[in-house]
Amino acid sequence: MTQPLLSVRDAHRDYPRSSEPVHAVRGVSLDVLPGEYVAVVGPSGCGKSTLLNLLGAIDRPTSGTVTIGGTAVSTLPDRAATHFRLTHIGFVFQRFYLLPVLTAQENVELPMAEAKVGPGERRERARELLGYVGLADRADHRPAELSGGEQQRVAIARALANRPMVLLADEPTGELDARTGSDVIALFDRLNRDGMTIIVVTHDEKLAGAARRVIHMLDGQIVRDEPLLRRA
Amino acid sequence: MRIQLAALSLRRHVSRTLLAILGVAVSAAMLLDMVMLATGMRESFASLLGRNGFTIRVSPRGTLPFDTEATIAQASDATAAMRRIAGVTAVAPVLGTTIHVLGDAEPVTAFALGVDPSVQGDYELLEGNDRGPGDALVASDALLRATRARIGDTLDVAVGFDPQLRTYTGRRRVVVTGRARFTYLSADDRAAALQLASVQAMGGADRTDRVSLFMVRTAPNVDPESARVAIERALPRVTALSTAGAVAEAQRRLSYFRQLAFILGAVSLTVGFLLVTTIVTVSVNERIGEIAVMRAIGVSRVHVVQQIVIEGIGLSLAGAAAGLVLGVFTARYLNSILRGFPGLPDAIDFFLFQPDSAFRALGLLVASGIAAGVYPAWRAASLPISTTLREEAVG
Repeated sequence: MTQPLLSVRDAHRDYPRSSEPVHAVRGVSLDVLPGEYVAVVGPSGCGKSTLLNLLGAIDRPTSGTVTIGGTAVSTLPDRAATHFRLTHIGFVFQRFYLLPVLTAQENVELPMAEAKVGPGERRERARELLGYVGLADRADHRPAELSGGEQQRVAIARALANRPMVLLADEPTGELDARTGSDVIALFDRLNRDGMTIIVVTHDEKLAGAARRVIHMLDGQIVRDEPLLRRA
Repeated sequence: MRIQLAALSLRRHVSRTLLAILGVAVSAAMLLDMVMLATGMRESFASLLGRNGFTIRVSPRGTLPFDTEATIAQASDATAAMRRIAGVTAVAPVLGTTIHVLGDAEPVTAFALGVDPSVQGDYELLEGNDRGPGDALVASDALLRATRARIGDTLDVAVGFDPQLRTYTGRRRVVVTGRARFTYLSADDRAAALQLASVQAMGGADRTDRVSLFMVRTAPNVDPESARVAIERALPRVTALSTAGAVAEAQRRLSYFRQLAFILGAVSLTVGFLLVTTIVTVSVNERIGEIAVMRAIGVSRVHVVQQIVIEGIGLSLAGAAAGLVLGVFTARYLNSILRGFPGLPDAIDFFLFQPDSAFRALGLLVASGIAAGVYPAWRAASLPISTTLREEAVG
């Protein structure tokens, strides 16, 4: 039996408030296998992004455990969690968040530089990744010179820079129009076919429809977890 | 890449960065000027007194050189007594007086020094000689201009004026033999130097064998302080003051300058610190989302802080470099104004550039720039990533 790549057990995340704590995630348990493409859907405020942050070691559960590739990330100290994110997790955000002062190539190189990859190797890898996302000819452009869709593809290339175990995306098509959103969906699909494990939080039905498994959340809990048929 | 990122971040808002550098430069210039002011007078005064190797000034008991018109009697005996003290290599007697240069027009009044030209330390001969023949007079340019005299001319000189008889006393005809720059006087002072014996003779019985002060040179391997003590022991009628003592006395009298310089220097440093803090804080607040993402994708907190601190260092260094140039120019300008005060020796500087002090002060400013960047950087790098990203997404 295949071991899960990512495992969540009875995770809770509470945010203290002056009146009453907010229970953003309540007792979530989840396994994701290597190579899965999972979409987490649900209404705004249902805890999707909080769950994604727990999965990405950006946030820690109030109780419960999160294990990725055999490492209990929920108990890692900040420094170790930061390094784990750098080397094992790729993030894609709704607002792209590329550094505006760097070119597309340099943005992709940034995580590799942080991981102390040599300049030659990271230049080559960045070029390869930009080619993969279809932006080889835009490597020297700064984010302001790129369209939203292009920026998101650069952000995806950046997320893949250090060959992560899993790609986590939070509303990756949220700021894009339908056409460029479709490009990103197609890219995610290709990535998954190439073996990348992807977990995406989205309101976008098209994006959710492209996933192989859809998890529905409501009020901080998983209310439905449905594997979809793998399409040809 | 952190240095590159910091440089690019500063270039992101060029005008703001330039204004910040200008602000730091003004602050650095003021700090530098205050440091130069705090040390300038002391150092230039010490340098002035140390010229020609004279390390001790001997004046009538209880007075400072030329503070009063008091004189030391039996100067020849005093000279001989001091020459006998171990370590004393030269004794230069000086008698100060006022002279009137008489002619067809209004008399010209000047300050004159009676000296022994072979050991004098009061002037630097620019032209001609100071040894005679006969009664030789060495004049400052200002006196030569006022009297329209030239080297080789004979002048009718008097040291006193009797208002009742309306006649000049102590008259003597002297030959202008040289042109000189007087070390302890300003360039505008009308000044002259004559043979000590001439000035004493012109002063009559009141000035016979008297001097206003002695300047004493000591051997390089002798502590001037021990020679000073020996002089006071040998000559109870005098006060001996070493250069170090004179500098300390001058420093005491000018302490308000140093206090002012210290306060204004501290204000400059504080302004520089606050300016860098403000600029870095504004810059960090603008990029809070980017910083949260950098943290999310695995950039360590220390590296984020380093990048922002490098920005602070960049601002401080650029500001300090510009401030160095600005400070030196403003110091020169202010120095030229202050040196215009009448009666100040030409060699006195209010602002003196000393590389050690200057670079220490600028180093302090850069250090404060580093400190200024640390807090906003650490605060930004320590914000909870998920909360920051959520707030940024909503905003």
